[in-house]
Amino acid sequence: MEISLTVNGAQHRLRLDDPRVTLLDALRQHLGLTGTKKGCDHGQCGACTVMLDGRRMNACLSLAVMHDGDAITTIEGIGTAEALAPMQAAFIRHDGFQCGYCTPGQIVSATAMLDELRQGWPSQMSADLTAPQFTDDEIRERMSGNLCRCSCYPNIVDAIRDAAEAPA
Amino acid sequence: MRPFTYTRAATPAEAIGSAARIIAGGTNLLDLMKHQVETPDRLCDVNHVGLDRVERDGDGLRIGALVRNSDLAADDAVRTDWPLLSRAILAGASGQIRNRATTGGNLMQRTRCYYFYDIDAPCNKREPGSGCAAIGGRTRLHAILGASDQCIATYPGDMAVALSALDATVEVEGPEGRREIAATAFHRLPGTTPERDTELRPGEMILSVRLPAPLGGRQIYRKVRDRRSYAFALVSVAAAVGMKDGRMETVRLAFGSVAAKPWRAIEAEAMLAGQAPSADLFDRAADVVLAGAQGYGDNDFKIPLLRRTMRAVLAEATQETM
Repeated sequence: MEISLTVNGAQHRLRLDDPRVTLLDALRQHLGLTGTKKGCDHGQCGACTVMLDGRRMNACLSLAVMHDGDAITTIEGIGTAEALAPMQAAFIRHDGFQCGYCTPGQIVSATAMLDELRQGWPSQMSADLTAPQFTDDEIRERMSGNLCRCSCYPNIVDAIRDAAEAPA
Repeated sequence: MRPFTYTRAATPAEAIGSAARIIAGGTNLLDLMKHQVETPDRLCDVNHVGLDRVERDGDGLRIGALVRNSDLAADDAVRTDWPLLSRAILAGASGQIRNRATTGGNLMQRTRCYYFYDIDAPCNKREPGSGCAAIGGRTRLHAILGASDQCIATYPGDMAVALSALDATVEVEGPEGRREIAATAFHRLPGTTPERDTELRPGEMILSVRLPAPLGGRQIYRKVRDRRSYAFALVSVAAAVGMKDGRMETVRLAFGSVAAKPWRAIEAEAMLAGQAPSADLFDRAADVVLAGAQGYGDNDFKIPLLRRTMRAVLAEATQETM
């Protein structure tokens, strides 16, 4: 079967020999975009976080064939070594990683999460469901789908707060 | 994963009556397929059939089966008039998962019993007649109410607990037509057929969830668990309490992760309604909820935990505002 996938603005036609191929494996193995990481492969760690139409999701918990015609953004579409996105620069500035394996997922997730917050989406930390505030507790809650085995959480929260406050 | 064939439905009619397994967000089903707990031969993808809107329905709301958990929790009407539902959804899973998980799929999620997931362990839910490894095993997540000697698994979701308290109905369609099932009757107790989680019949598909008119009052969803976020409940309490002249006028109470279904506490509600709140009354109402409760070792703590969480939630819900 053949599917069409727009990844980071570029359109690809992919030939899949089996519907079992996850979106994660399609990105890594078929398209060579290895920035998106495979951690647990069960939707628990968030290392595979990508965006579908700007919304974050776990690429491991979706089949590639379910995304025929969809537009995906991966870490490669967020920024490059030469032109870092503000979130990437903030992670470096605040030392928001140690081994770095979870970092692409953290950065994609945090980027989309700030957009959710700007749209006023509530979280379980929001005292008023109709007016969520931007606090460290909100950042921590909204990033709970991204684990960091090196436990760089304090610096990750600092980096996200910093990136959110930086001019877009 | 075991091999399967894949089709994409363009309309609900293409999925209804099909022998294929329906996949929506896939966040639970694909995980189970990776563990080979679920081994469907055919998948029917319903992500493109529509049913993705939240619409006014008289004084109530009709929520399409494909509405994502994130969209439902952030819906303006839900946030304002059915805050219990927003709170329950936001207590579950992670941002990534809520962006994919759907209203219908959330209802269809399966238990997180460790032995259900372990295909080398006996499990009557996964393989009827094979036995139950949870009874006599590790039971921290397991039921204290409504279990049977065949199965002590819990329904793990949060959204359905709020739907039970709010008297929602689930609209389904099968080859024989449409019908509505009360949210309180959608999930089943195990009895001698623990393999059947819900009342959904083969070939039926969930079309929507309907909410009746807003309840008002104070609405609280309290979830007690091992981590603050992204963990299943040990005990959760959904409560909606309307006060009038210092007495509880309307009371709705449902519990999560204590049984194979959301545990609506009708008798306790009736006992509380019309009364002035007091610690003693809350305690007696908890006695009613817990009549027949049974622990299985590791989960014995859930019995006092349910009582204390219920008392705390009712105290908060009935507190006079300063």
